[in-house]
Amino acid sequence: MRARVHITLKSGVLDPQGKAIHNALKSLGFDNVHDVRQGKYLELDLSESNVEQAQASVEDMCTRLLANTVIEDYKIELEDD
Amino acid sequence: MKAAVVIFPGTNRDIDVIDALMTVGGEEPVLVWHQNTELPKTDLIVLPGGFSYGDYLRSGAMAARSPILKEITARAQTGVPILGICNGFQILTEAGLLPGVLMANRDLKFVCRDIHLKVERADTTFTRRYTEGQVIRVPVAHHDGNYFSDPYTLSRIEGEGQVAFRYCTREGHLDDSVNPNGSVNGIAGVYNESRNVLGLMPHPEDHVNHYQSCSDGRPLFESLIENLA
Repeated sequence: MRARVHITLKSGVLDPQGKAIHNALKSLGFDNVHDVRQGKYLELDLSESNVEQAQASVEDMCTRLLANTVIEDYKIELEDD
Repeated sequence: MKAAVVIFPGTNRDIDVIDALMTVGGEEPVLVWHQNTELPKTDLIVLPGGFSYGDYLRSGAMAARSPILKEITARAQTGVPILGICNGFQILTEAGLLPGVLMANRDLKFVCRDIHLKVERADTTFTRRYTEGQVIRVPVAHHDGNYFSDPYTLSRIEGEGQVAFRYCTREGHLDDSVNPNGSVNGIAGVYNESRNVLGLMPHPEDHVNHYQSCSDGRPLFESLIENLA
């Protein structure tokens, strides 16, 4: 099973990189962007076949290492190979 | 006083800390590799600055999950003083030994210069040789020093007197224009609740000897010697 994990800064947490990217988009003429938030994307190749177990395990990984929940949110998507 | 200095792959301020500790009269520190599972009995544990694991994932995130952190956490709970400087501070927050988190500097620039700090309290193991409200000059050198915590934690830290140092002007005024990284409330260093764990972004170990142009960092190490000798 494959897990796709998106890690993003919580709303309200300053994202200077997102701001810089937003400004760069503006300077390229893209005036239709309201806001940019930058994050991380991870793909985990798991030796799990049970969805619940995989979900629980990846959540544990997120709270213990992959995300710092003081400032970051995470979203998990599971997909069978 | 005998200290343990913990080395991670990418630590680079260990020599500075060892020099500072020995300059004020400490014994030669024991160096402890991050993969050790045992920590010698010492009066102090120091996590020096650097770029452990190349700041992969988040600054300090990988180092905070090293085997030695289990021992450091256990020792912290028994009251052993623990000092984390710069990357050491980032590691201590990631390990949950200190509240909050250190994010990328507000302007995304690596900041490397002398700054002024206000000593918030002079009644801890780390600061007895300072006076409350004293302004000291020490260098900073970091990219991820923007201290942040959620509003609830922040009011707890402020209420419990866990702020150790704040960025200030030469005259000691708190002013956002001298905040080098955007830290909330100008926080440059924090204690844990029992104040035996201190983390700070600036480098007091680099202002210890007169040939370093300033020795404002020296009293921090003298306080430790005085308390732990």
